[in-house]
Amino acid sequence: MSKDDKAAGLMKAIMPEGFIFDPERGARWFTRAGHTGFLGMEYHDHGPDWIELALPWREDLVGVEETGVLASGPIISLLDNATSMSVWTRQGTFNPQVTLDLRIDYVRAATPGKTVIARAECYQVRRSMAFVRGIAHDGDASDPVAHTAGIFMLVSSEGWSKP
Amino acid sequence: MSAFHLPPYARSMGMEIDHIEEGGVPVVAMDFAERVQGRPGFLHGGAIGGLLEMAAHAALRAELDRQGSDLRIKPVNISIEYLRGGVQERTFARGEVIRAGRRVANVRVEAWQGDRGKLVASSWMNFLLAAPKTS
Repeated sequence: MSKDDKAAGLMKAIMPEGFIFDPERGARWFTRAGHTGFLGMEYHDHGPDWIELALPWREDLVGVEETGVLASGPIISLLDNATSMSVWTRQGTFNPQVTLDLRIDYVRAATPGKTVIARAECYQVRRSMAFVRGIAHDGDASDPVAHTAGIFMLVSSEGWSKP
Repeated sequence: MSAFHLPPYARSMGMEIDHIEEGGVPVVAMDFAERVQGRPGFLHGGAIGGLLEMAAHAALRAELDRQGSDLRIKPVNISIEYLRGGVQERTFARGEVIRAGRRVANVRVEAWQGDRGKLVASSWMNFLLAAPKTS
């Protein structure tokens, strides 16, 4: 069996045809290992076309040692994951996709010690692209830390992952 | 001599200054590992973003040092284009300061792996420059 067949087989086992994407279970599965697992991302909440993920503050993720402010890198990762999962949440199914572009405006520094929550919404899906937007905040959604807008390219499952 | 030190986040992600290019521009590198993996076998987009930001910071700090400036750097925004999947290899990133004025600096950043001509991601980043805190 070729590597690609193996990958396709694994995809089918995890996500069979007609697979319903359950945002809560899906988010827990996607944050269990790899980069998201390393950062300690957690499922928070979801609705029909939006999902929230949380990232607890951690000393080894700090970007400014003197102040304890979280680095912006983990916030990019959190927004990337939350926006990505908002597409599957809206569609109710899992489809392979890759990030085409992502823009993030850092409105203010995240408060040291506080958990950052990303709330992401998929506002449009076309044949080959999904459009997303979101915010990150540290407790008060009306006073965000960051705003984001991005686009995901919907791709075929062939070669999407190399387990 | 550079005032730039990789912060805890960068160190825990395995980032390091790979080398300093001619003109004093640092190239930041990150090895592939489980902690930077997104979908199986590929780099996570956020890990690529974090590396791009670190290279932008490093390039701007180096440029400000060259100018003898001790202004503080605050990220304002970033826009990333993902050009190809990052595979299980060491990734490099290098920033180019387009302009460093009195209040704002604009930096272009690129990331690549084995082949310098095949970019994994391209981005721009804007920074606010602030006077050093007096203590």
